[in-house]
Amino acid sequence: MKGLKFIIAGIFFGIVMSKSEAISWYRIQEMFRFQSFHMYGIIGTAVAIGVISIFFIKKYQLKDIEGKVIVIPDKEKGWKKGIFGGTIFGMGWALTGACPGPMFVNLGQGYLAFLLIIVGATIGTYAYGVFKDKLPH
Amino acid sequence: MLELIQAPWPWYVSGALISLIMILMFFFGKTFGFSSNFRTLCAACGAGKKAKFFDFDWKSQQWNLLFLIGSVIGGYLSANYLNNGQPLQLAESTVADLKSLGITFDGQMNPLQLFGIENLFNLKGFLTLLGGGLLVGFGSRYAGGCTSGHAITGLSNLQWPSLIAVIGFFIGGLAMTHLFFPLIF
Repeated sequence: MKGLKFIIAGIFFGIVMSKSEAISWYRIQEMFRFQSFHMYGIIGTAVAIGVISIFFIKKYQLKDIEGKVIVIPDKEKGWKKGIFGGTIFGMGWALTGACPGPMFVNLGQGYLAFLLIIVGATIGTYAYGVFKDKLPH
Repeated sequence: MLELIQAPWPWYVSGALISLIMILMFFFGKTFGFSSNFRTLCAACGAGKKAKFFDFDWKSQQWNLLFLIGSVIGGYLSANYLNNGQPLQLAESTVADLKSLGITFDGQMNPLQLFGIENLFNLKGFLTLLGGGLLVGFGSRYAGGCTSGHAITGLSNLQWPSLIAVIGFFIGGLAMTHLFFPLIF
């Protein structure tokens, strides 16, 4: 039953992503063509509230439900992985209109073709794991 | 109330709820980041025998797989019960741009022209879907995260690597949209 809260959080995520239309290929196109504020508004609001929340979580050393002080891990340093990896990711995001979360939300929406995208993403992740040490980070 | 939920949600409501999910995960003792699931899936399939990167205790990441299952259910519920059937309100300029690429706006969440099941059975559709997935999977792991891990959690936590990754996301997205789309479609 400990896992139930994660399923419920996931359901909530799927609903939010759907109702915000952030899973829409069309909305991602609109974003990359700078023809609507919608996606920028979503990400901007999420980050603005996120920055303030994390500030208070750290300042008051808030604890999680198990009583441990919340620690938010730092991202690994290095800029090459961000530019190279990020650019590759962005190309796929624009092409499929979906980042990893929305792939699965779209599957639930009934777009079964996203199964192939998910297979592709899993193979892509595997390829990264195999070639990791040969890539500049 | 149900009518209000069934209509598309404004950006500020959606944005606030996404940060709520991130905060909720912190209180659950976890960090919000979706693309790690692909690494977990590889590890669960035994990829740890082939590459060190997948040699970790994937069962410790089961919570994220449960989140993933939830997201599929959430998509199903939204499409079937939380939908008022109104067409998506896409910017006129986007509709016109897509039309010039030969993609007709159908008012759905995604164009069936590209994501209809028949695209699995023609070469171009198959390669586009698989290739797009490959780019997302390879790129997100290379960058160390996706939109949830970098753009939402990382930027909220004022991480430089996340800002660089988000700049990368946009370089790639803009290049694909403006340079490669006319060649692909």
